[in-house]
Amino acid sequence: MRQETKQNNIAFVIGASSVGTLIEWYDFYIFGMLATIISKQFFPADAGTAALLSTLAIFAAGFIVRPFGALVFGRLGDLIGRKHTFLLTLIIMGGSTFAIGLVPGYATIGWAAPILVLILRLLQGLALGGEYGGAATYVAEHAPAGQRGFWTSWIQTTATLGLFLALGIIILIRTNQGVENFSAEWGGWRYPFWISILLVGVSVLIRMRMSESPMFTKLKSEGKTSTNPLKESFGKKANFKMVLLALFGAVMGQGVVWYTGQFYAQSFIETVCKVEFVQSRNVMLIAILMATPCFVLFGWLSDKVGRKWIMLIGMLAAVLTYRPIYKEFINITSAANRIKIVDTRLTSTMTSYPIYDAKDKTKVYLKQQTDTTYYDGSVFKYYRTDTIILKAPRDEARPITLINPDMIQYSSPIPHLVVEKTMGNAAYWYMIWLVFIQIVYVTMVYGPIAAFLVEMFPTKIRYTSMSLPYHIGNGVFGGLVPFLGTLIVEFTKTSSNPAGDSLAGLWYPIGVASVCFIIGLLYLTNKIDKNVMD
Amino acid sequence: MNTIKKLLGYVWMLIAPCIILFLVYEAYDKISKAPAVTQSNVILQWVIILLVFTPICVGFFIFGSYASKGEYDHLPAASSEID
Repeated sequence: MRQETKQNNIAFVIGASSVGTLIEWYDFYIFGMLATIISKQFFPADAGTAALLSTLAIFAAGFIVRPFGALVFGRLGDLIGRKHTFLLTLIIMGGSTFAIGLVPGYATIGWAAPILVLILRLLQGLALGGEYGGAATYVAEHAPAGQRGFWTSWIQTTATLGLFLALGIIILIRTNQGVENFSAEWGGWRYPFWISILLVGVSVLIRMRMSESPMFTKLKSEGKTSTNPLKESFGKKANFKMVLLALFGAVMGQGVVWYTGQFYAQSFIETVCKVEFVQSRNVMLIAILMATPCFVLFGWLSDKVGRKWIMLIGMLAAVLTYRPIYKEFINITSAANRIKIVDTRLTSTMTSYPIYDAKDKTKVYLKQQTDTTYYDGSVFKYYRTDTIILKAPRDEARPITLINPDMIQYSSPIPHLVVEKTMGNAAYWYMIWLVFIQIVYVTMVYGPIAAFLVEMFPTKIRYTSMSLPYHIGNGVFGGLVPFLGTLIVEFTKTSSNPAGDSLAGLWYPIGVASVCFIIGLLYLTNKIDKNVMD
Repeated sequence: MNTIKKLLGYVWMLIAPCIILFLVYEAYDKISKAPAVTQSNVILQWVIILLVFTPICVGFFIFGSYASKGEYDHLPAASSEID
């Protein structure tokens, strides 16, 4: 009976903590997913200034503010307690997300719009920096000895499920409203921000019912809480060396493996392989859904065999297989590896039509679409746009299709080419399998990490000590995967190979994970700390 | 094993300043090559990267220094060892 009550209690702790963390991730993701609309609505049309502000919003929130949030809220969590601190981060996150949905566009309030959005985005990053450490510490301090990996792994699933929730709500509203209504100044893109306040409200009510962590309560009643968590975490060599070991021997590699599997893979499939928008998202969603239970599996396994080896095997597998996997992405989406159906009456279509520019009456775009179908069911669509300048402004009465060579003053020598590939069943499921493998690596490195970090540091400075390496590892090392990956591809571009080596971007995650693997292998211990009460 | 840990400590100490120098060189290169319209944005990106990575590299150097002095030969088994 007592055992059952204990199980119910820990299930409630997990549920309440996970829902809050999931909502924080949801709030953080919707900004990124709606970045294109946000940039149009809130930032001025001038390309230079808009890019500058959006860079600040994206870079600053991801890289600078998250570690600061870890310090600010980590300190607070070690001083006043876990419960009140991660309640506060939830309210800040939910409040700022809701407020972003209320800010009028640049067209209405001018410069106040991007400034307000930037401030609110920074608040989001700050709150996210404080949330994870609190939730992981809180759950771990409730979990029975020997099951810490299993119970904390539920917190680890929230980052993935938050991505699901955000994508699901956005797709639902966009499908119902249509693209035009969705993108208007007060259109449907604001609903996901407003919905956040409902989700946060429910989560706050649930979290209010939670009690403080038993370990922190014990420390407080004995008067043994830290008076200066920042100084004790980073000013004392004995603890600071563990913070550095956590960062360079575990979290740094975990961060790059996570971002490569969940974010770089999607960008690669879309921009390099040219897979069609909806299909590329479906590939990610199905693979993530299939692999999510592995977070709990590896969390549970880490209680039996130790955290170190599961995380290191995940990292090593990523280092050894990333290049072959991404090479396969290119192979399975290549036209060269397919047999084209030659009966063009049935399978290949070409349409060509001119479109007048809405503002410039002398400009005409000649659009040509060629669809090619292959025996495996794949359809590759090639869009070609040629720009033509007419000698005289168009005659409104004249049918658009009647353009003859005498009317043309200039024709652009380089057409704009776009390719959109929809894969057949076999290639589609093979791609899902390749992404699934990468997400399994993510679950190996990410599933046991909360328990691993909790066990590294003493209760009185745990929140502060574990939050900083976690957010540097994920926010900086992980968050920079897309930027540095693209930069490395740029290095490989030459006049003889203007496209560069599209696989070169993988050297960044491979390099970071390799160094982290060596440090983890040599310096970390596999021993599970059974007593985290101290 | 402890000897390898200590020797690698010197390698980490060497890698840290190399990363900073590499980033400074890349920042200079990319900023000078950026077109005028996007130059302020490129400057901002690289300033943020340098601001964020410099303290991390300093941390990596300190990690290497600790490793070379044998600080990681024995990891604490209880919090009392950290206190």
